Amino acid sequence: MSTERSLAKTLNRTALTRRLVQRLTHEEAVVAGLGNTNFDLIAAGHRPQNFYMLGSMGLACPIALGVALAQPNRGVIALEGDGSILMALGCLTTIANVKPRNLTVIIWDNGIYQITGKQATATAGVTDIAAVARGAGIAHSEWVRDEAHFDALLDRRFEDGGPRLLAAKIDDQPGQGRPLRDPVLIRAAFMKGLGTSRSDAFDV
Amino acid sequence: MTWSEIILAALKDNEVRLVAYVPDNILTPLVKGAAADTYFVSVGAAREDEAVGTVAGAFMAGLRGVALMQTSGFALIGNALGSLVVPYQIPAILIISERGTMGEFNIGQTLVARTMRPMLDALGIMHHTLADLATLRFILDRSIKQAFTTRAPVALILSPLLTGGNPASSGQLL
Repeated sequence: MSTERSLAKTLNRTALTRRLVQRLTHEEAVVAGLGNTNFDLIAAGHRPQNFYMLGSMGLACPIALGVALAQPNRGVIALEGDGSILMALGCLTTIANVKPRNLTVIIWDNGIYQITGKQATATAGVTDIAAVARGAGIAHSEWVRDEAHFDALLDRRFEDGGPRLLAAKIDDQPGQGRPLRDPVLIRAAFMKGLGTSRSDAFDV
Repeated sequence: MTWSEIILAALKDNEVRLVAYVPDNILTPLVKGAAADTYFVSVGAAREDEAVGTVAGAFMAGLRGVALMQTSGFALIGNALGSLVVPYQIPAILIISERGTMGEFNIGQTLVARTMRPMLDALGIMHHTLADLATLRFILDRSIKQAFTTRAPVALILSPLLTGGNPASSGQLL
């Protein structure tokens, strides 16, 4: 375990997600992994540029990479849990090599598969996600030390300086909201938020 | 034109610029052709479901994409199709080089070749097997157009009849 991770304060995902959303002032796209990650994203207030996954565990970062490539001038943030990113570590190597300047990955790490019964993940053992990301080639990968450090890391324009990865050690409190379980509506609303909808006449 | 040149031309005709792939021997001319052409944005993915996720994200943000993979790679993407592409109605274009038939030497390839079309059928994903140079461009062009117009994924399977199959398959008799 790295010194950095051991120094990281245990934070709360609901509170951090709200801090993040408050700082999104340029219509940044946010792609949220399934379960508690997107429960807390919608709890922070729905935004037209939010995408909520209802399955496809592990694909928040690849989806966000696609958004980042398609709209290089828009900041893109991927939110993913530790269990999800452990399922898809290879995508960190892809992101590192593609080098999208507008992509920020945030990993909520509580060391458990929270939604399936709090079974331990590898990060509860010896695995350090920020170190894995650095090894994958994402040089700007770091642990969030505390709330003020999180704010400081976010005090920059999201569309520049990436790819970056922030790992936050969080508690086991459940996500506070629930996105509508309607994938077509989620997709259509997201596309409208990104200006790519073909149905401007419709209010979705 | 060769089969790979025809595919790249059909992708261009339909403004499909993102090429996300996991490499394969048969796909080599397609991957190299896309990488050599500045029209395309090539992304080498570590896994095939990752390539599908990136194509999905890019589509929603206005960049059309194709995911290239071989048969065994298709066997990896069930969840990406069943819980992302199909329910969200995302027109992901899948181009799959077919292993496991017409001279396959690796038994591991033969089983996933047999599960591929039943899996596509179960998910309700339209698929076409591309076996003939004469009809290749028509099928590609119309299928890609239909995918984007109807917001539905499509799988285009490259038969050994079209590509010659895996070069390693010839000369293997043991």
